[in-house]
This record gives sequence, structure tokens and C-alpha cells, in this order.
Amino acid sequence: MTPRARAVGVAAALAVALVLPLFVSNFRLFQFTQVGVYAIALLGLNVLTGYNGQISLGHGAFYALGAYTTAIMIDRWDVPYPLTIVAAGVLCLVAGFLFGIPALRLEGLYLALATFALALAIPQILKYFEHWTGGSQGIVLSKPNAPWGLPLSPDQWLYFVTLVVLVALFVLARNLLAGRTGRAIVAIRDNPIAAQAMGVNTALYKSLTFGVSAAYTGVAGGLSALVIAFVAPDAFNVFLSITLLVGIVIGGLASISGALFGALFIQFVPNWAQDISKAAPWAIYGVFLILFMYVMPRGIAGALRLALARVGRRGTAARA
Amino acid sequence: MLTRTILSALIAALALAPAMTMAADTPGVTATEIKIGNTNPYSGPASAYGTIGKALGAYFKKVNEEGGISGRKINYITYDDAYSPPKTVEMVRKLVEQDQVALLFQTLGTPTNTAIHKYMNQQKVPHIFVATGATKWNDPRNHPWTMGWQPNYQTEGRIYANYVLKNLPDAKIGILYQNDDYGKDYRKGLHDGLGDAAKKMIVMEQTYEVTDPTIDSQIVNLKNSGANVFYNVTIPKFAVQAIKKAHDIGWKPLHLLNNVSSSLGTTLKPAGLEASKGLITALYMKEITDPQWKNDKGYQDWVAWMKKYYAEGALDDQANAYAYSVAQTLVQVLKQCGNDLSRENIIKQAASLKNLELPLLLPGIKINTSATDFAPIEQEQLAKFDGERWVLFGELYDAAKK
Repeated sequence: MTPRARAVGVAAALAVALVLPLFVSNFRLFQFTQVGVYAIALLGLNVLTGYNGQISLGHGAFYALGAYTTAIMIDRWDVPYPLTIVAAGVLCLVAGFLFGIPALRLEGLYLALATFALALAIPQILKYFEHWTGGSQGIVLSKPNAPWGLPLSPDQWLYFVTLVVLVALFVLARNLLAGRTGRAIVAIRDNPIAAQAMGVNTALYKSLTFGVSAAYTGVAGGLSALVIAFVAPDAFNVFLSITLLVGIVIGGLASISGALFGALFIQFVPNWAQDISKAAPWAIYGVFLILFMYVMPRGIAGALRLALARVGRRGTAARA
Repeated sequence: MLTRTILSALIAALALAPAMTMAADTPGVTATEIKIGNTNPYSGPASAYGTIGKALGAYFKKVNEEGGISGRKINYITYDDAYSPPKTVEMVRKLVEQDQVALLFQTLGTPTNTAIHKYMNQQKVPHIFVATGATKWNDPRNHPWTMGWQPNYQTEGRIYANYVLKNLPDAKIGILYQNDDYGKDYRKGLHDGLGDAAKKMIVMEQTYEVTDPTIDSQIVNLKNSGANVFYNVTIPKFAVQAIKKAHDIGWKPLHLLNNVSSSLGTTLKPAGLEASKGLITALYMKEITDPQWKNDKGYQDWVAWMKKYYAEGALDDQANAYAYSVAQTLVQVLKQCGNDLSRENIIKQAASLKNLELPLLLPGIKINTSATDFAPIEQEQLAKFDGERWVLFGELYDAAKK
């Protein structure tokens, strides 16, 4: 894809995102806000799995950690909600980094299993610290209203908050991945020994990548607590972690825009499946999954890239 | 003369107009249809309850085939929330904002309903007969749009406490409960009911996680504590284990089994009828697997309905009887609404049920609600298992009167 085509694509997506609230109902907007939240989480997971090659089946745990950080800070200490989102990110950065250190000893499937354990454990851990988390009753929050007397509904305001965070984090990820650091991260995935020989501190980079990835997912979790205005252990079961993994694979591994496509998929396809068949929605979902994987083995982002490259080639050929 | 007739007709029309526009103004209500929304876990960890959502649909099908309610057919829209609160929020917003249902009925689960509790009351959409036994749904002052249906767990706990205080003044109680809000509500009910005696009487409390494989060691601990009363707050899977294990190790306490696991089909038979002898529970519905109801008209009608409208549903699953009964309660509410199906009137009529008896509730149990009482079923009766059936004894316990 040429840089120009990419710039046009990004600008178009941003324009659509900005005018969307004018055209859709509050309910639809709420769904798109969830897409934004998922996209942030998926980008985090994609940095780890897509770019760095570490498979995580436990990112739902960081999502939960972020959500609970936000919920507890608002509920207990009346902290302004923007601060709680930052706190969710920082806390998950530290937690992810620390988890990344022992995870260094684990490769591939073994790491997947270790993270899977994290996903399994988190609902019970949340119930155990009942004093803080409210146990299985969870914590009920209020949706923040738009500040400064802006004429926006709470749904519209949260949409824009999510959009701003999303854009900021996407730009950050792009800058991180496009430079030296990004090359090191990818080199570790492609050939850890060669990367080490070139002077990349693989241990540090892997742990850091884990931390950054968890931070993204934690921010997403914090935002989700605001959007849903409720947290409870049942919201963060193993299935969430698997859904996130599905999102990055369908969206496109090692692709920034893939996070957005993946988020659209995990938000809307289960609903479509239910509309098609009430009796067996997950069978329909499965069919969708297989179709997507068969038709677009590199995810939606990969397929788009391929299609654009073909159009581009044809264009050059015609001119020649 | 003619002018006068026209004039009076006009006046009559004007007087009727507000009532008519009211009906037309309520989302989800037309002259021929009333839209009702629901969420149920058709997938995920709690999918065993999904049968309730399907049975509700089957009951409304029967209602519609018989002509609907005041000429209106029920359009029942149910979505899967997989027992995940965020999904419930999304699906309920879809029902309210996009599908424009008139009311929300029987949404299932405590955490899932908690997630939409505030929203429903802000939107002022009836959120009635929720499928959970938590205590918080009876709060008309702060949440005037939400209402429960079944007796809550704390009430039942108090019934057992009452029984123990009266009959076993020197009881030593051992408790086993599931470590979540369901178990804790039951535990709290017993503690509250015992009052000052709780400290003296309760000799041991054991918990388990719903994901545990077995509770054998808890039973052994409870036996060794010297307890002579066993308060068993477990779901069927663990109730079977508890009854079996207590029997196997020769522990013979007064065994109080919570209503959640009182089914012959899913608990007592798998545990062994001999081992189950002497169990005491509190009931509000007829246990459909209990042979004493075999010739009961209410039971037979239910079986006939199951066979005709919900053939794929299990005849030994109490949840299907539960759904049948709660759907009948809603039909009564809608009938009471007459032609005014405004949301205000729907919740008002839900809170104006007077001595409603249903075919599958125990004889004598009546549903009563009022503007200050959002707990439809508050009566239960103790029953003892004689090796074959639940034998009701004592009088109906009425939580509203205590």
C-alpha cells in the first residue's frame, strides 16, 4: 500500500468516526463505543502476539484488572474518571511487565497455557477480594455526563472520549512499532537468536512488550467499565480472552488497522449470528469464523492490503 | 336532536382520546400486538437456565393461538446474553431503544440484572418478574420499575431458622454454602432468623466454590464438628454429593436442604431415595417430579402444554414449570391492564396483584403485590421427604406477616 493510499484511508476512517454520532442512535453509538474499546484491547494483544510472537490466552485478566481499577477508584475514592483510566493503564503496565518476566521461560504453547491459567483464575480472584470488588454482586457505576455544558448525551460523550483515547493509542503504537523498538520486537518474533546476536536485549524487550500490551488492554478495560457502568466477575470469564484472540486473528496479525476490523467482527458478528438463527447462534458464528479464515487467511487487514496491492499493480501496468 | 347526538359523540370521542393516544404512545404496543423483551443465557456457563427463556416463548405461543390478550398478540423477543453482564446491557439497550419493547420480563441472573437495574429505572420501562432470588428487587421506593417474582433466599433462610428455634432449642447447626451471593443470602437469612441464638447454635460454617469437583471433606468436617442440624445450601450437583456422603459416613443430622435443590428428578433420585429420607425443605411450587401430583389437574395441564408447545423441553426440569407459572403471572398483569397498556399502568397493575393463585403453586399460596410490596411470592411451606414424596407439614409461612 502506498503511504498516500494509507493516509487517505486513515483520514476517511477518522471522518466517518467523527460524524457518526450525527447519524446513528444512542444505542448504535454505544455499540460503536464498544468497538472502540475492543479495538484498543486488540491492539494491545496484537503488539504482543502479532508483532512479538508471544501468544496470550489471558488478556481478559488484564482487561478485568483495568476495569476494576477504574470501578474501584470511582466507587471508593471518587477519583475523576480520566485519572482512573490512566491508573488502569499504569497498573496493567506494571502487572504485565512482572508477569512477562517469568513468562520469558515459556515459549509458544506453554506461554499460552500459563496465560490461560490467568484467565481462568481472575473471576475467582475477583470474588475472593470481596471487600474491594463487591464479590459476585460487582460494582455499579454512573455514566459520566458531558462536561462544560456540551450538548452531548452521555453515550455521545463516552464515544468521543473512547475515540480520542483510541486515536492517541493507535498513533503511539504506530510510532513505537515503526522505529528501532518495533524492529527489535519483530526480530525477536522472527528469530530470537539472530536478534540477540544483533544486540537486542530479548529478555527486556519481551517483558516490556508484555507490559505495554497489558497496559493497552487495561486502558480498554477501564473504558469498558465506564461504558457499561457496571463490573462483575461474570463479565471477565475465559471466553473474553478467547474472543480477544479471535479478534486479532480475524482482524489481521501484526497489523494496526487489523485491531479495528477485529473489533468490528467480535462486536457485530455474534449479534448477526443470533439474528440468523436463534437455535444455534454459535454454530453460525463458527461458520463465519471458518469462512473468514478460509477466504482471508491473513485477516481482514491482510486481505485489504493484498487487494490494494493488486489494484496498485494493475494501475502501474496500465500506465506503462 | 341530530346535533345533540353528534355533539355527545364528539364529547365521548374527546374523552376517549387520551386513553387511545396513551395506548398508541407506548412503545411496543399497537392495537394488535404487545412487544415483550427478555434476555436469557442460551450459551455460556449458565446455559442450563436457557430452557426458561424457551418455555416462556412456548407459553406465549399458546396465549397467541388462543387469541392473545384483549385482542393483542404477544410478540416475545428474547436474546442470548451468555450470562455476561456487558452483553446483557447491550441486548437490553437493543430491546428498549431499537426493538422498542413495552416491557422487560424475566431477564435472568443476579449480576446481569444488577447491570441493567439503574438503566431500566432511568428509562422508566417495566422490568418485571426478574428470574433471580436476590433480595434487592423488592425496593419500590428507589427502583419503582423493577420487581422480582420468586420468594427470595433470605426469606427461606428465616423459615428454617424459625423451624429450628421452635423444634430444636439445643440445636448445633453446621452450614455448607456456595461461596457467592446466592449462598450468602441463604446464610444471612438463617443468621437473621436465629437472631441472638445464632452465635450459640451455629457450630461450623463451610463453603465451596461452584467450580470445585467435590465437597466430601466439607461434609466430614461438619460431621466432626458435632453438628446435629445440617443446613445445606448447595445447587443440585453438590446437594447430591452432600446427601450421599452424609449417608455413607453415617452422619444423621436434621438435614435442611435449600429449595434450589428440592427436585426429586435432579437431586433426590440421583442421591438415593433411601439416603434422602428425612430431608426437610421449603417449597412454594409443586415439585413436578413428585408422584403426589400425578393426578393433579394443574400438573396434567402443564404436561399437556409441554407436549403440545414445548416438546423438546424436559418433563423433569422444574425450570419449565417455573417458566409456565411466571408467564401466567404476566398474562394476568396484562389482562388487568385492560386497554391502557402504558408503561405506568403495566407496572401499576404488576403491583396490584391480589390473591392470585396459579395451578403449579402449592395449594394456598397466593400472589400479592402492592405499591409498597414488590415481592410477589412470599409464602412457603415446609415439607419432609418420606422416601417417596415431599410431605407438606405445618402451616404456610408468610414473610409479609412476620
